[in-house]
Amino acid sequence: MCGAHLREGGAEMTEGLALHWRLLQPRYNLIGNVCRTCGQHYFPPRNICPACRRRGVIEKFKFSGEGEVYTFTVVRAAPTGFEYQKPYVVAIIKLKEGALCTAQIVDCKPEEVEIGKPVKMVFRKIMADDDAGIIRYGYKFKLKI
Amino acid sequence: MTDVAIIGIGITQFGEFWERSYRDLITEAGVKAIKDAGIDGIEVQALYVGSMTPGLFIQQEHIGSLVADNAGLTGIPATRVESACASGGIALREAYIAIKSGIADIVVAGGVEKMTDASIEHATDALAGAADQEWEAFHGVTFPALYAMMARRHMLEYGTTEEQMGMVAVKNHHNGAFNPNAQFRKPVTLEEVMNSSPVADPLKLLDCSPITDGAAAVILASRERARELCENPVWITGSGQASDTLALHDRKSMCRTEAAVKASKVAYKMANVSPADLDFAEVHDCFTIAEIMAIESLGFCKLGEGGKYTEKGETSLKGSMPVNTSGGLKAKGHPVGATGIAQAVEAVLQLRGKAEKRQIDGAKVGLTHNVGGSGASCVVHIFEKEVRK
Repeated sequence: MCGAHLREGGAEMTEGLALHWRLLQPRYNLIGNVCRTCGQHYFPPRNICPACRRRGVIEKFKFSGEGEVYTFTVVRAAPTGFEYQKPYVVAIIKLKEGALCTAQIVDCKPEEVEIGKPVKMVFRKIMADDDAGIIRYGYKFKLKI
Repeated sequence: MTDVAIIGIGITQFGEFWERSYRDLITEAGVKAIKDAGIDGIEVQALYVGSMTPGLFIQQEHIGSLVADNAGLTGIPATRVESACASGGIALREAYIAIKSGIADIVVAGGVEKMTDASIEHATDALAGAADQEWEAFHGVTFPALYAMMARRHMLEYGTTEEQMGMVAVKNHHNGAFNPNAQFRKPVTLEEVMNSSPVADPLKLLDCSPITDGAAAVILASRERARELCENPVWITGSGQASDTLALHDRKSMCRTEAAVKASKVAYKMANVSPADLDFAEVHDCFTIAEIMAIESLGFCKLGEGGKYTEKGETSLKGSMPVNTSGGLKAKGHPVGATGIAQAVEAVLQLRGKAEKRQIDGAKVGLTHNVGGSGASCVVHIFEKEVRK
């Protein structure tokens, strides 16, 4: 496959760079949205409130980073870029404000993770250097206790 | 509006074929379908082909024209349909709609994927494109991981066990052993499933469908043309399609495939049948937990009871509601774009009474259920031996 990564960023450095840069706010600081019409919080961010659509008023919202494990798995067959991390825990986190998001849980043994356990966001390297030479950072979570 | 029937079917062997290309596979399936229908290629008025991501698997796009060209059908409108793993089923629906609309009366619907030209890592990455690339795959989530997270919720909320999931694999491998086109024609024991290597806990290797090369095609005709050309047409009496959020984390429930509930409701209503009327079903068992969730979402059993229903043997060939007589994606193989059409081929074989050792006696009504990604798209069809009015 021409040695090109199929993962986001592709083979072109400029494309990969802009794509990641565009998402720095949500990925570094957990910035999503709140709809001022219905009060619903959204993370990842959305352009339109799916509940209110045209009547919705979407604003930026910084999530607290607090939440709990909604479900999880231990990835043992890893995709490109994650080979050196396996086995790693991937989870869906229910954020305190109501939105759910997908992220890794780190700094613990996989067997310590359980549904319902409280977690807190941490800032980490997501993926090792790829062909484009960018180190991608973003949110992961760790168990609070 | 006219009724729509399938008058010809064609399918290739499913498996890993180093000597066969994308175009070899779809051409073989298409030629077989045209032959089976007893028509000449010149009578085909339009073509729809489901293919998930040939751009990533073999770096080829512009698939509609490629297929028409290779099949000797250049000139007709030829359209590729993409909806991840539901591409084939939705290509079938588009062909059905073309005939219903009256713009054509003989249409071919095909599906194809050539997955083994890419390395296993690239194939896995390509498939991850059916998830949300920015917010799921970015974090190292694989498809087995998404279904594993659904499985864990299902286990927590309903007490479904790893053994019950394993029983889906055992049943489908048992059925696949009777299907000459299946990738795996070898039964497996529950012990083998339980001891297979972990992929994404609680899912193990034998809970997962394989990487497969393959193609399938069906010829659809209007009522008038079907009656004229075919002695044993199989009627498509219901068709429903629905969508859901792209990412799993945005779903209302992770234990129920809402798109399947919606698509099947539409299809049941259109065909005026209920789950109790079905003699068999081909469902999208990309992972064993997916079959358990499918039989619940389609209303074969209550929500949460799919594991027990499977354990009781209700979904086996001799059970009250045989599921995946073909071996399913698990044993027959899962060339993603071809899967939805391959399911229709199995439905036609069952309704013609030609499913050999896996035949359901006296089958009159069947269902197919084809899912895209982790459930962001779903298409359901009802097939019948007779048009009931």
